[in-house]
Formats: sequence, structure tokens, C-alpha cells
Amino acid sequence: MSSTSQAPPAATDPPKTDRRIRRRRGVRKLTRRDRIVVALLLGIPLLLDVAFVWIPAIGTILLSFTKWNGVGSLHTTTCKPNLPSILNNGCVYGVQNYHQAATIYPEFWPAVRHNLIWLAVFVLIATPLGMLFAVLIDRGIKGSRMYQSILFLPVMLSLALVGIIWEFMYSQNLGLINTVIGRNGNDNAIDWLGNPHLNLWAVLVEACWRQSGYVMVLYLAGLKAVDPTLREAATVDGANAWQTFWRVVFPVMKPINIVIMVVTVIESLRAFDLVYITNKGINGLELLSVLVTSNIVGETQRVGFGSALGVVLLAISLVPICAFLFQTFRREETRQ
Amino acid sequence: MTTETLSRPVVQPAVPPKKKGRAVGQAATQVFLIGASILWLLPIAFALYVAIRPYSDTSKYGYVSMPHHLTLQNFKDAWTQSDMKHFFWNSVLITVPAVIIVLALASGVAFVLTRVNVKINVALLILFTAGNLLPQQVIITPLFRIYLKIHLPHFLSGSGLMYNSIFGLIAINVAFQLGFCVFVLSNYMKSVPEEMYEAALVDGASMWTRFWRLTLPLCRPALAALATLLTTWIYNDFFWAITLMSSGDKRPVTSALANLQGQFVSDQNLIAAAAMIAAVPTLVVYILLQKQFIAGLSLGSSKG
Repeated sequence: MSSTSQAPPAATDPPKTDRRIRRRRGVRKLTRRDRIVVALLLGIPLLLDVAFVWIPAIGTILLSFTKWNGVGSLHTTTCKPNLPSILNNGCVYGVQNYHQAATIYPEFWPAVRHNLIWLAVFVLIATPLGMLFAVLIDRGIKGSRMYQSILFLPVMLSLALVGIIWEFMYSQNLGLINTVIGRNGNDNAIDWLGNPHLNLWAVLVEACWRQSGYVMVLYLAGLKAVDPTLREAATVDGANAWQTFWRVVFPVMKPINIVIMVVTVIESLRAFDLVYITNKGINGLELLSVLVTSNIVGETQRVGFGSALGVVLLAISLVPICAFLFQTFRREETRQ
Repeated sequence: MTTETLSRPVVQPAVPPKKKGRAVGQAATQVFLIGASILWLLPIAFALYVAIRPYSDTSKYGYVSMPHHLTLQNFKDAWTQSDMKHFFWNSVLITVPAVIIVLALASGVAFVLTRVNVKINVALLILFTAGNLLPQQVIITPLFRIYLKIHLPHFLSGSGLMYNSIFGLIAINVAFQLGFCVFVLSNYMKSVPEEMYEAALVDGASMWTRFWRLTLPLCRPALAALATLLTTWIYNDFFWAITLMSSGDKRPVTSALANLQGQFVSDQNLIAAAAMIAAVPTLVVYILLQKQFIAGLSLGSSKG
């Protein structure tokens, strides 16, 4: 009797209990072959990532406290302050690198300033412009696909190519801009890329040209994911397009907005190619990323000093990186 | 029925003025977007214009002038004089293996992190994702030293070191792009229903079979989108090639252009032509696979 009364519930239960048991068992009961497969699938990429990304990242931090020109080996002895550099090599230097960067290295503070300007321009001009493009294209007017394709085209080009292409626009005597505004004679030409007061802004125009297309596509993807019933409800309630966007759509897109902000900040900190191809990052185009590189390439390497500059860049980058990770993986944990 | 006739008169008056406002708004939007599109195409069109004109013309009349002759000679010269075929081949040697290896490794990691309940799953995912967000210059200094220290057999590297070798560039590109791909693929794999795996387990499928025969085919759209993105990014890479490759003739095409600038500084038309040629592969990818490219970006920016 008891067995028959138990039978019907047992008939409907097996999927659930079996699944639970199987899932628990599935983890513990991995065959030996399965374990090897898991180890390889996870282990090899992990090794690669740790070896070529994380160990250098930690290495940068550690090296920033040393003074080393790359020749000879690195010791853990402290540098003696009164010896000339040639003898004081491969030793622990404390925070002197940072101190020197902030006080006697002439390019440091201009580079920091330029990085901040780059960031400000991206946040205030390139990203809003991209968002504007996205919102307008999302309205679905005729020719949207063509506009989207054209505005996104610069993103496909390498930044080095962007720099080369724009050199024709900015050319002093022959460029489009100077010719059109009539300042292309030899005595009144505007030196867009050579004048240290102008060249950062000239390069920033190039960067925005490219960045706004990128932001546009990211934002479009987010806009398309917004529930259309929300918009319909807003329209029925009598809201116009402006109100619908700011009061209904924009708040819902908070995750995308955060991602776009983070991408904006990270892209601005990554700026290197444009500046390097234009004039190797001197004379008004100093950036932290270029300073790091100029200290390791060439005959006179200053490994410790370059690493210190890299750590400054890392410290600034950690802010948006942590914001991104927090935003993405907090939702991950709540979902699990 | 009565409610309909009651409600319709209330709604109707609101429609006409909004429609008129909408028409004006639409026209304004069109004008704005057309203007923006022209501005956006201008630099590329101008560079192309310089590239198809002979040097004799532009040195006499400047870039902004009506064309007296049009020529493709600059392209021919760029291709032969600056040895672009060689650089393109370098780019292919770097990009194709790198893309394949990254996708293979990343899909493996994503599979393990989503399907096998390793305790530190989220931590590892964070590790991978953050690795891709770091600016490249943060890791270059020790990486440069590491590359000078690792010795490679001669069939893998002409210089005997990882520095200045195609293998080295492939390795760093793979390691650096791994994080993004793991992130995107793990998001995508999470959407595969659990029941499919249960059925596979019932059929006695091993871990490898579940990965290779079950998960990967389902991830084809994501893999296609990522392949498109990665090809473009790795082909367009400038920094790794500049810093980890010293000799000119092993460089991929994008960074070789930097050398060309110095070499042909007097013949800007040739440089314009070379730049146009270098842009062709990414433009081809764009025209053929624009949908995949954009899908890849949206996969990466929003969560599945």
C-alpha cells in the first residue's frame, strides 16, 4: 500500500531529483580522461595569460622600484646614492623613480595633462556625439544603414592609417583645411601638427572621428535591446521623442551607459598609435603611453623609470577597469 | 464598442500636430546625418584623391585642385617599390594563426568556466577579462625583457629569440586578446540550455565530446563575430609590432607603414597609395562581414 502510494510521486519526481543528484555527481564523478581534458582546456590558456599579461603587469610594479638599464643582471641590493649611474645598475631604488618623474622629468606633467585632456574630450565630445548618432539612427529613418556604415567606417582603419590619412588634411601647404581657409602660403600657414599649442587638438579631432563611430555602434546595440513596449507606453502617455529618450530609455540603459563610459576611458588611456605615427610623441603630443615606450626602446634603456611610468598608467586605468568588472560581475553573482 | 467610439475622439486630436513635428524632426535628422556622413568620408576621400594623382600634378597645383591626370601608378609603385607584398604576407602569418589559436583556446576556457563547476570560476573570469582591459604600455617593459630572454629554436624564429620573431607577435596577440574572447564566449555559452548537457551525459558523452560536438557548433555565430573582430584588431595592431619587432622586413604591414613614411617622405602620393592598399583587407572584411563585426561588438558590450 505504501509502495503504491509512493509510486505516483516517484513517477513525477525522477527528473528533478535525478537532475540534482546527477549535477552533484557530475562534478565529483569526472572521469580521469575528463579531468585531463578540463585541465588542458583551462590550463594552457591560463598559463599563456598569466605568463604574458599578468606576470609582466606585476613585473612592471616590481621593476618600478629599481634602477636598471637592461644590461647586466638585477640585484636586490639597494642603490648607493652617491655613485654614478654606470655603477649603480640593477639595484633597488625605492620610490626615487616616481620622485624623479614628478620633479625632474620634463615630459611627465605635460603628458599627464594631455592624457587628462584626451579623456575629457572623449567623455564630453566623442562619446556624446556617438550616442547622438546612435539615437538618431535608431529612429529608423530612411538610409539609416548607409549612415551607420559610413560613420562606423573609421573604426575599421588602423589608428596608424588614420594618422597618415589625416596628415593630408592637415598638411601645411597642400592640405585641405589650410587651402580651404586660405592659410596655405609659406608665411601664413597654420602648422596643425607641428605647433605644440595646436597639435593635440588636431590629433584629438582624428581620435574623435574614430571613437564616435565605435560608441555609436555600442550604443545602438543597447538601444535595440530596450524593450519596445516601454517606448510604446511612453508614446501612448503623450511623451514626445525627447522626453521618451531622457525619461524612459536612458535610465533603462544604465548598464550600457556604464560599459560605454568605461570603454571611453580605457580607449583614451590607450592612445598611442595616433600620436606616435604623427610625430613620435614629442613637442606637444606627449602622452604617458609614449613616455613608457620611449624609455625602453633604443640604446639607453631606463627599465626602472619606464616601469614607474607604466605603474602610473596602470593606477589610472584601474579605476575604469574595476568599475567595469564590478558592474559586469556583480550582476553575474546575483544571477547565480 | 461604446468604449471604442468614446476613446477614439480623445486620441485623434493629439495625432496631427505630433505628426507635423515628427516630419520636421525627421527632415532635420536627415540633414544632420547627411552632413555628418559627408564630413566623415572627407578624409578618406581626400587621401584617395591624392593617391590617384601623379606627383608632378600635386607638386605643381597642390592637393586641392582639379585633376589634370589621374593615374594608378602610385599604387603600382607602392606595391613594388616598398615591398608591400612581403609585409602583407607577414600580416597574414601573424593574423591567421593568432585568430585561430585565440578562438580555440578561448572557447575551451569559456566552456570549462561555464560548464564545470570549478570553485574559482568567477575569479578566473575576472582575471581573463581584466587582462584585456589593461593598456598595452603597462605590460610592455617586463614583456620586452622576457622576450629578450626566451630562446626559440631556429625554425620558429630567425633571431633565435622571442624578440623580433613572428612567433613572438602571435604569442602576445593571443595572450592579449584571450580575455575579451573568453568574456564574450562565456556569456554566449551560458545561454545553452542545461538540458542538452544532461541528455549528452545520459548518452555517456565525455567532456571533450560535450565541448567539441555539442557546444562549439552552437557557438558558431559568436565565433564568426569574434573572428571578424579579431582579424581586424590583430591586423590593425601597431604597438606590439613596433616594440617587439626591431627589423623592418619582418614587420606586418600596418607598422611597416611607419617606416615607409620616413623612406618616401618626398613622395606623399605614394604614401597615400600605400595607406589605401593597407586599408583594403579591413575594408573587405567590413563590406562582407559588417553584420558579424557589429554583432561581435554588441556581444562584448552587453551581457547575453
